[in-house]
Amino acid sequence: MSAHADEHFAGSNKLFTSIWVVLVVLTLIEILLAYKTMPIHIMLTILLGLSIIKAALIVAYFMHLKFERLSLIVTLVPMLVICICLLMVFFPDSFRSSGLRYKFQEAPPVAPAPVEEP
Amino acid sequence: MSTEAQAGHFPAVDWNGGAFPYRVGHRKLGMWLFIISDSLTFSALLMGYAYLRASNNWPTPFPFYPSIVFSSVMTFCLLSSSLTMVFGVSASSKGDKAKARKWILATIFFGVAFIVLHLIEWRHLLGEGLTPFYLPKEWAEAFTLTDGTPPTSLFGATFFAITGLHMFHVATGAIYLLVVAARVKKLKHEDIEISGLYWHFVDLVWMFVFPLIYIMSVDMHGALAHVAK
Repeated sequence: MSAHADEHFAGSNKLFTSIWVVLVVLTLIEILLAYKTMPIHIMLTILLGLSIIKAALIVAYFMHLKFERLSLIVTLVPMLVICICLLMVFFPDSFRSSGLRYKFQEAPPVAPAPVEEP
Repeated sequence: MSTEAQAGHFPAVDWNGGAFPYRVGHRKLGMWLFIISDSLTFSALLMGYAYLRASNNWPTPFPFYPSIVFSSVMTFCLLSSSLTMVFGVSASSKGDKAKARKWILATIFFGVAFIVLHLIEWRHLLGEGLTPFYLPKEWAEAFTLTDGTPPTSLFGATFFAITGLHMFHVATGAIYLLVVAARVKKLKHEDIEISGLYWHFVDLVWMFVFPLIYIMSVDMHGALAHVAK
């Protein structure tokens, strides 16, 4: 029975503490990144990458999914990922309306450079 | 007990189905399915936020203090609450219900600390004049583009909707854990583990809300520096 209980919730407190340390360090990296100047899409990619790593650590160890049966993991995770990716279908429309609203930004009203004529 | 006995009937092949295909109780499976559907709720909100942000002149108003400092400490509180929760579940799996209760109470403490800090942060923003429908006048001026396009007032709508729904989850999670802590001796281990699943999920959502809402909205160029007291 006790063997079953151990099997039921695998992972030692030492393991969980080290996962927590990794999560805190990744959070500190995110805060540092906030004050680095970089293009917004690079920033977004790095931040989302770090967030996905953090989420995976939480799901795998704290929520214990790593120690569950493969059948449960395969039932839950892929369909969630696919549904979230399907939500991205709206982005072309977002960029389209951005283009409609801010056409002027593509050609900013700047004075033409003086042409030096001989 | 009966579930463990049942599990024994099946070899460790994962796809042989049978009466007990996932080797988790029906309550735990139910919580997992709820978590998946709730993930989609938050995904939809965050995607909606990204949609609006990409198609509007979006203000980036958060100063280092108080916004980033507060949200970072709040992140630390939630991460720590997940650690104490996992210690509680671990103690419960070893049959030490009294210890499990203490860890769950520590989890509730961190959860309440998160809510209190978040409400202080909200109060600060409301005091500046941010509402779900209007930007503070200073923000509207500071983030107007050179061609005269004003920043969108949707900032407040997305901010309060997403952080508000998350705060609601933290609050219900704290109440849920309070009930679990009160009845810990009567509950089976798996029931305590299920409450842990919900709590970790709330933490997980914040791991996306914090960078997307706070870190991506830092006032890098000091546009509002002159407003700060």
